[in-house]
Amino acid sequence: MKDLVEIRWHGRGGQGAKTAALLLADVAFSTGLYVQGFPEYGPERMGAPITAYNRLSANKIRVHSNIYDPDYVVVVDETLLESVDVTKGLKEDGAIIINTSQRKESLIPLLNGYKGGVYTIDARKISITALGKYFPNSPMLAAIVKVSGVMDDETFLEEMRKSYAHKFASKPEVIEGNMMALSLALEEVR
Amino acid sequence: MAIKERLSGNEAVATAMRQINPDVMPAYPITPSTEIPQYFTSYVSNGQVDTVFIPVESEHSAMSACIGSEAAGARTITATSSCGLALMWEVLNVAASDRLPICLSLVCRALSGPININCDHSDAMGARNTGWIQIFAENNQEAYDNMVQAYRIAEHKDVMLPIMVCQDGFITSHAVENIELLEDDVVKNFVGEYEPDHYLLKDDESIAYGPYAVTNYVMEARRAQLEGLRNAKKVTLEVAKEFEAISGRSYGFFEEYRLEDADLAMVIIGSAAGTAKDAVDALRDHGIKAGILKIRLFRPFPSEEIAEALKNVKYLAIMDRCEDFNGSCGPLGAEVRTALYNKNLHPAVINYCYGLGGRDVTVESLTSVFRDLQKIQETGNNGEFYRYLSVRE
Repeated sequence: MKDLVEIRWHGRGGQGAKTAALLLADVAFSTGLYVQGFPEYGPERMGAPITAYNRLSANKIRVHSNIYDPDYVVVVDETLLESVDVTKGLKEDGAIIINTSQRKESLIPLLNGYKGGVYTIDARKISITALGKYFPNSPMLAAIVKVSGVMDDETFLEEMRKSYAHKFASKPEVIEGNMMALSLALEEVR
Repeated sequence: MAIKERLSGNEAVATAMRQINPDVMPAYPITPSTEIPQYFTSYVSNGQVDTVFIPVESEHSAMSACIGSEAAGARTITATSSCGLALMWEVLNVAASDRLPICLSLVCRALSGPININCDHSDAMGARNTGWIQIFAENNQEAYDNMVQAYRIAEHKDVMLPIMVCQDGFITSHAVENIELLEDDVVKNFVGEYEPDHYLLKDDESIAYGPYAVTNYVMEARRAQLEGLRNAKKVTLEVAKEFEAISGRSYGFFEEYRLEDADLAMVIIGSAAGTAKDAVDALRDHGIKAGILKIRLFRPFPSEEIAEALKNVKYLAIMDRCEDFNGSCGPLGAEVRTALYNKNLHPAVINYCYGLGGRDVTVESLTSVFRDLQKIQETGNNGEFYRYLSVRE
């Protein structure tokens, strides 16, 4: 992992991109990293494009600005590819991860000539299989952990199990489904 | 042993409030306020604190209820933000002039209009001359630490004034970052019990709070209030010293970052100071002697100490995160220039208005301020004193 990893999330209000960024901060913290997880607040409307950010570092983080040249971009809603310049500032030695059921070749024309890594994951399919409902958070979180390599799969799953046990203390029946969504996503992102 | 955690600034301050376990919290817990009262009400409901929570119908009523409660002898706290603080304005003055050490957690956000609730310091700066102590934080850690220290400053017998503990809206309040917390009993012991000398419910003493004063007494009351505010300086340092003993973290009136040998310096408040430190490190790598003075205590204003810290600086930028509409400078710009003038110091000075309504403040934008100082150094031409940063004109 680089000294500082910067991640930008694109989603739509209500899809949980902010929550995913906070979960990533949580799990990275539990492995001993310094973290930041924060959303960029605009008008809060269901379905409006929203942005959230992560900084992960071995060193203390002092900067408090948005991220303009991220190492990684996560696109939770592929319809944003047509309206938002999601690869803006994205480093060429980084990567973009897109939630889609399409083949990546068909999305590349929408990436404004981006030459870095392009990864896709069908978070909808995984979520429906594992949880019976569409919650893209968990699969997208696993996908960014896998692609960025900020921690190994085993540590990630171990820490997430603890985190879900805490988060879903009042509804433990959803823990296994979420764990399955993470495992499937770790295998299927490509 | 420090507890390593990751919390948003809101969670951090709410945690300190839980550990303090004040007697009463009147608050208006919806927008423009923040999650702080919301978290706190869950502590009340879960029995983690025995605070009486009073939901009120407005911020004006929240501060009015604080005044009644604190005057009765109860340690009282509230939290607000943005227009909520503006609505309290009339009674903020009453709280201070009644010498009531109420604590207010402020998440600094813009005032309308245009309608916007992102970060700037318009709310805090609007209340800067109401007689409250004001203390600012760069990050969630400082917001937490300041909250733990707040009552010790406000309730000190030589001070007895309300205190406003300020952090930056969204930038620190809603961002999750690493933090080190103190154990509950350590905070409890540090803050101690509130034992006022005089209060309404004291059974062997009759006193009145907030009475009418005839012309013959108002100036003496004001003068005594000023003395209390001035005393807050020495108490702030004493409390910081004791806090360092339990936390290992040191605080003063302000933080000097690479300022000792700096030719170019920036005076700044809040979260942007951290970003400015990254800018300074990069400039130093290029041999440019840049430094930062980050204000922690804004009221009372540590005028002499700031001038002393800046005495060797040749080119100075003062950063204001609000538009004060005095037509020629921002509030920090005015205060710092007065401090320099009083000490007969005359560096080249510029004053920037920046970051209004959440306008992002980056390493690049703050570096450009130092570049502007370099330009003055090279040309000898001060140019415009009062400027706007990152604005489209």
